[in-house]
Amino acid sequence: MSESSTVFPLLTVTAALPAAGAILTAAVPAARRTAAKWLALLVSLGTLVLAAFVVVRFEPDGARYQLTESHAWIEDFGVRYELGVDGIGVALIALTALLIPFIVLAGWHDADPLETRSRRWRPTQGFFALILMVEAMVILSFAATDVFLFYILFEAMLIPMYFLIGGFGDRAHTGSDENAAAQRSYAAVKFLLYNLVGGLIMLAAVIGLYVVAGNFSLTEIAEARASGSLEMATDTERLLFLGFFFAFAVKAPLWPLHTWLPNAMGEATAPVAVLITAVVDKVGTFAMLRFCLQLFPEASKWATPVIIALALISIVYGALLAVGQRDIKRLVAYASISHFGFIVMGIFAMTSQGQSGATLYMVNHGISTAALMLVAGFLITRRGSRLIADYGGVQKVAPVLAGTFLVGGLATLSLPGLAPFVSEFLVLVGTFARYPVAGIIATTGIVLAALYTLVLYQRTMTGPVKEEVRAMPDLKARELVVVAPLIALLLVLGVYPKPLTEIVDPAVRHTMSDVQQKDPRPEVEAAK
Amino acid sequence: MSASAAVAVHSLWTTAAEPAADRIGAPAIEYAQLAPTLIVVGAAVVGVLLEAFVPRRARYHAQVFLTVVALAAAFAAVVALAAGGHATTKAGIVAMGAIAVDGPALFLQGTILLTSMVAVFTFAERRLDPAHHGHRVDSFAAEAAAVPGSDQEKAAVKAGFTTTEVFPLVLFAVGGMLVFPAANDLLTLFIALEVFSLPLYLLCAVARRKRLMSQEAAVKYFLLGAFSSAFLLFGVALMYGFAGSVSYARIADVVDGSVADITPALAGTMGNDVLLLIGFAMVLMGLLFKVGAVPFHMWTPDVYQGAPTPVTGFMAAATKVAAFGAMLRLLYVVLPGLRWDWRPVMWGVAIVTMLAGAIVAITQTDIKRLLAYSSIAHAGFILAGVIAATPDGVSSVLFYLGAYSFVTVGAFAVVTLVRDAGGEATHLSQWAGLGRRSPLVAAVFAVFLLAFAGIPLTSGFSGKFAVFKAAAEGGAGTLVVIGVLSSAIAAFFYIRVIVLMFFSEPKPEGPTVAVPSPLTMTTIAVGVAVTLALGVAPQYFLDLAGQAGVFVR
Repeated sequence: MSESSTVFPLLTVTAALPAAGAILTAAVPAARRTAAKWLALLVSLGTLVLAAFVVVRFEPDGARYQLTESHAWIEDFGVRYELGVDGIGVALIALTALLIPFIVLAGWHDADPLETRSRRWRPTQGFFALILMVEAMVILSFAATDVFLFYILFEAMLIPMYFLIGGFGDRAHTGSDENAAAQRSYAAVKFLLYNLVGGLIMLAAVIGLYVVAGNFSLTEIAEARASGSLEMATDTERLLFLGFFFAFAVKAPLWPLHTWLPNAMGEATAPVAVLITAVVDKVGTFAMLRFCLQLFPEASKWATPVIIALALISIVYGALLAVGQRDIKRLVAYASISHFGFIVMGIFAMTSQGQSGATLYMVNHGISTAALMLVAGFLITRRGSRLIADYGGVQKVAPVLAGTFLVGGLATLSLPGLAPFVSEFLVLVGTFARYPVAGIIATTGIVLAALYTLVLYQRTMTGPVKEEVRAMPDLKARELVVVAPLIALLLVLGVYPKPLTEIVDPAVRHTMSDVQQKDPRPEVEAAK
Repeated sequence: MSASAAVAVHSLWTTAAEPAADRIGAPAIEYAQLAPTLIVVGAAVVGVLLEAFVPRRARYHAQVFLTVVALAAAFAAVVALAAGGHATTKAGIVAMGAIAVDGPALFLQGTILLTSMVAVFTFAERRLDPAHHGHRVDSFAAEAAAVPGSDQEKAAVKAGFTTTEVFPLVLFAVGGMLVFPAANDLLTLFIALEVFSLPLYLLCAVARRKRLMSQEAAVKYFLLGAFSSAFLLFGVALMYGFAGSVSYARIADVVDGSVADITPALAGTMGNDVLLLIGFAMVLMGLLFKVGAVPFHMWTPDVYQGAPTPVTGFMAAATKVAAFGAMLRLLYVVLPGLRWDWRPVMWGVAIVTMLAGAIVAITQTDIKRLLAYSSIAHAGFILAGVIAATPDGVSSVLFYLGAYSFVTVGAFAVVTLVRDAGGEATHLSQWAGLGRRSPLVAAVFAVFLLAFAGIPLTSGFSGKFAVFKAAAEGGAGTLVVIGVLSSAIAAFFYIRVIVLMFFSEPKPEGPTVAVPSPLTMTTIAVGVAVTLALGVAPQYFLDLAGQAGVFVR
């Protein structure tokens, strides 16, 4: 591997900007809260511009990893600072950079201090600094092609996330302040422990990989595996695969390791919940594609039946529990678990439609969940309750809010014409080609999605206007700025997904050839 | 003890440039190579004289100055020796075969000296307690000999006495610790052990606040420590009985059967493995006691809790470094031929130590006891690296010790800052909401806790990765998996403290955070800096530890 191959380290700069922004934001004096907010917004917009450069500079039909950077780091551990993106990484970096400004804007007042405790207590600065820190780590983890570097980011991003969940809870709660604080810290600890245990098990596998391969470079190991110069015993490969997969399955989250997500999303503020499910969790599914399939192709094929089964359970179980929720945010969380089941199923169906669909699904799920959750957050802030039963007839009082909520919900249930439809369709087609029964069972997830979304809309937005929501104001300018672009994107990508598929497809072809899989031939052709 | 095993472990040591003298001649002392130890012990003696002749008012400043200068000079001597090649090409046995000057010895001596210097700053801190009768006071009793609560004690407090004897005591302890990992025969090992243990017993007893607890801790430490010393000494005697010598090189030769001149007496004993195995087990027990490995850990929580916190920090960091250094040398130089006997035992000890430390820590409610159990768990992680029995194992343990000692000293320094009317507020419930009241102190402590937990980008992670990697390469994959699982358990209680500090409501009559003098601030700042530096860019220090990984014999 040669030293740095690009002249300008674009990927590093894209990640360094929010990291530097985080430090600056944290350093803003306590009294200048508004300045900190604007600084964070500007930095996140700047990052979006840099991410746009990444997308433009990336040539879909060029080399597999582009914009590569490589520097020595910890030679004793065989660790290098190696970056490079394929189409999947580019799509997810773009998604991350796109969502963060909306998250910042939506969380504008979420961390305003209720009272001034002391001169040095600066929650607002901390909140936005932590968000930017997470952004930096997520972007870097989508670009890391060194397993060790990826692992470090994968673990380190838990710390700012943990403080975001535990330190800045949802103010809309039922019960006493003390109770809310206890639930919040319970959710934060549960989040951290689940992910930390997953990460530590991955650490054992990372060390094992080093013992077997002698270095951490994804490209080198993958090449050595493909050329046959690096043999792994079947058992070793399976154990290492399980170590990696376990960590990613916790993060994704896959049934039965999902139980931290509803707690975390329920207790966190809506923007942070979006950060968890739309941005950070994507690292898990992304890593399955990039690391599990590339490093352990044989073991991946070996584990596929079980993983498909787990994904199916996630799809149906998540959707069923979403139907039964009384809390709006937990409902969205369970819907996300169902959707992550689709993504994992698409990845392990081992067909190019399935994997393209899964990648598109990651992007589309990010946008649609952001739209739904952020509007839900605006709604919850107005009424001060997360319970569905506390709402009714909102569409008569706040029609714009209700309308955007409906579009977000329809995107979640994959209505044709909105972006998630394309990806869900691709995943189902891809799965059906290889596992028809799984494909059929998965479609029940769509039916249930229609049920939980429409019932949610019906109970909160239609019907007689409840007394408490009578004075509810409609969306304000700031909130419209958050929601309108997201909905526009859902429409555009729903009708014209080609720019996205063009970037993603070549990367998927590479991944398919890693696992030495060809798409099964269509039945009609095979019959000839 | 096959020939192939002897060849396989041969890379763990090299033959000394000059062979050790084996008959008693005029003593030849290599003063230059022994300079670090001589400076520290010499300064300790001067410190005792200062205590006798310098007026009481000036003693504190004189002692602090002397101690810091001596430690700095000794560290400079270590650096000069290492730069002069004594760690690698010129490594040799000095002082008539009693002391080895080689890579591991110099690396550990450097670590001990730096850690001690940073820890001594917390000894000298005099701004945390409010002034008594117009006198600034530190963490140590006004007059250690006075009965707690007696009139004599009140008079001593009123007169503004302070126990400045702690500084020479620290220097003596450091002197013993410098010799301990460099000892090249069993008697030197034992004497070094006593030289650093006795001052520590005393230091544990001289807390200003909670004096009874402090004295109780000292008595426990002394009694158990005396037991372990006796075990060690008995083991030394048995091993002498086996090999007819206390010299490491000679014993190693006898163990692997390569000894040239077999006298009739030796021929009679060297076939008797019982002497060797029992003797070795007893010596190892003495060392495992000092590092606080299960099942020899019982003293750790009580002593860590009762001792004055600056002493706890010093003891937790420096003792561990010295004792692991001695253990490495013993296992790798003297007994590589017995690898197949000691590895299974050490496997067992490492596993119970990791698990017991992590699990019992969960139930702790006192921050100092919590850190004590965490130190037990860490001893288990280090043992995993010790077991590797490869050059990588040595360097990973060296690196881990360096990383761990600075985190420990820093963490205990933060503990000294959180105070209420009764002195330090060490009960965990009193730490609730600290992050609201003093975000900076809480954030610093959180960094230390994350390093203990081994979160990436802290030194704790680099160290843990290094030892686990060495263990996995040495064929101890199971140990790595257990280590990783106990890290997960340990992470739970570190995180619980962070939750408590940041997400709990502060109590109305909670403790306050004292504003320390630049001394303690330096300690904490150095701790944080080293923690982050070794986490983000550990390469230089890994190189250093890697170069220092070869023992001389």
